[in-house]
Amino acid sequence: MNKILILLLSIVFISYGCRKKDDVLIDKTSNTGATSPKVKLLFRNVVNGQTLKLNTTNYTNEHGDTFSVSIYKYYISNITLTKDDGKVYAEPNSYHLIDEAGDSTKSIVMRDLVKGNYTQISFLIGVDRAMNTSGAQTGALDPINGMFWDWNQGYIMAKMEGNSPQASATNHVIFHLGGYNGPKSALRWVTMQLPTAALVDNGKEPVININSDVAQWFKTPTVVNFAITSIVSGVNDESVMIADNYQDMFTIDHIDN
Amino acid sequence: MQKARIYRGIILLIIGVIIGVAACTKDPLIPEAKDVIAFTVPKGWPQPHYNFENNTLTSAGFVLGRKIFYDPRLSKDNSVSCGTCHQSYAAFANFDHALSHGVNDQLGTRNSPALFNLNWHNGFFWDGGANHIENQPIGPIQNPLEMSETIANVVMKMDTSVVYKRLFMDAFGSDTINSQRIFKALAQFMGSMISCNSKYDHYVRKESGGDMTASELSGLHVFRAKCATCHQEPLFSDYSYRNNGIAPTNANDIGRGRITTDSSDYYKFKVPSLRNLKYSGPYMHDGRYTTIDEVLNHYTNSADMYNYPTIDPLVKNGISLSAQEKTDLKSFLNTLNDTAFIHDIRFQLPQ
Repeated sequence: MNKILILLLSIVFISYGCRKKDDVLIDKTSNTGATSPKVKLLFRNVVNGQTLKLNTTNYTNEHGDTFSVSIYKYYISNITLTKDDGKVYAEPNSYHLIDEAGDSTKSIVMRDLVKGNYTQISFLIGVDRAMNTSGAQTGALDPINGMFWDWNQGYIMAKMEGNSPQASATNHVIFHLGGYNGPKSALRWVTMQLPTAALVDNGKEPVININSDVAQWFKTPTVVNFAITSIVSGVNDESVMIADNYQDMFTIDHIDN
Repeated sequence: MQKARIYRGIILLIIGVIIGVAACTKDPLIPEAKDVIAFTVPKGWPQPHYNFENNTLTSAGFVLGRKIFYDPRLSKDNSVSCGTCHQSYAAFANFDHALSHGVNDQLGTRNSPALFNLNWHNGFFWDGGANHIENQPIGPIQNPLEMSETIANVVMKMDTSVVYKRLFMDAFGSDTINSQRIFKALAQFMGSMISCNSKYDHYVRKESGGDMTASELSGLHVFRAKCATCHQEPLFSDYSYRNNGIAPTNANDIGRGRITTDSSDYYKFKVPSLRNLKYSGPYMHDGRYTTIDEVLNHYTNSADMYNYPTIDPLVKNGISLSAQEKTDLKSFLNTLNDTAFIHDIRFQLPQ
């Protein structure tokens, strides 16, 4: 009986010991815990400025095609916030899947920041190369989320699906953008100045309200005509074109201090 | 109930000791903790790409991975497991099948590769479409021609099983079942499948069982002169992607080119290892050659080399082999068959 206990205990201890410790980049003078300085990012998905409603509403793209949206999901990763003195906060384990169909995914709370006035935000649209080549992941990065390709393996950085009467035969519009390597990668960095500073302090949680505009996917620098381009899934010139468009899909709507 | 737990504990202990001890060197290795298995790089081999980082190899993880590998519930209609197309007696290839049958008897498009020494591969599938051993299973599980299932359904099915919940608890410390744990367990099983005890291996390590005949030694000499650049020792592959000039078929499979989209990669496939050929035929990415004679006849016949832009310069003009050299080469290739690996009960479906 004792041997069994030892065996089971050793399994438990070994499993516990093998859990990765979080690398939290915090200034040692910062307060941690309940009153720790926090910031919230709140994403609102829109089409031409109007709040996105899945399936029910018809929108118009720059080309004049009408379309509805059934799926809108994208990865945000490697988030950094910069203070007015130049110091940078980098969120640890920074991987988020924003899904229009999941309201809770649109809110990201970051903790244990150094107090101060934050004036710039930066993040990657998509999942970086290292995380694409590091084996089985979980949480936002779990392939169960339908954002991982099976046979040319790597993450789908952003996905939009919907319907348009102008699209080819089936009227489906399907945009699955991926590729983490080389010139045809769909990864794009975004850096935005905050219109007013986010005031980060003990016991406070300012909200940075960010809009993501679907219509921008089809707008600039290249206008997309659904009659010609309605299905893009893979790593090719068309996926690069859409990624070059969607790198401008984010704007800071306002800051709630 | 008490007895079952005791037996299970003893089995786990024995497996842990056996795996830790069965290293391919003269010195046995005793694992430090009874549950953790020390993975041993065979003597003289290069370091593997994968060495269980963030996935500590344990006997409980190995046992869980093996159960998953042989579980047909990974497929949509619960009929096809990994073991269906990767058979232990065929060095984990599909015995006597050029192509394999997935659910509803659908034929796949490529030959089921043999599985061993996977930790040294830097890409999986014939075209390297999977870059990591842990994510590789997603391909066949979700391929409509193979297992045609979704990760979500696999997790759901396992979650209804008391047996699985207990095995996940043993392996990972809680009974949470998610895809990451499934794939890590599979990687612990597959990553343990090392083939390094062939006659050739005993010969190189100067161990008993390594007495090569004159023909086998001549064959080794021929091999080193004519084949070893691509089929590099000791793994018998350099795991690069190459075009060996076999003619295109109606399938027009562009291999690696489909992954990189670079035309310079069209019709290139991963160089397979030459270990365990006796068990793992037929050969090539589509299983078109049933015998080694057919393979050698292709290489020695420059007229059989298809004029691809991407054909490998090393084989473009054919490889010259006399009849005697072919005989000796085949004798040598036979010394790469690892019967200990084929009969290793740890990797087989538990009875």
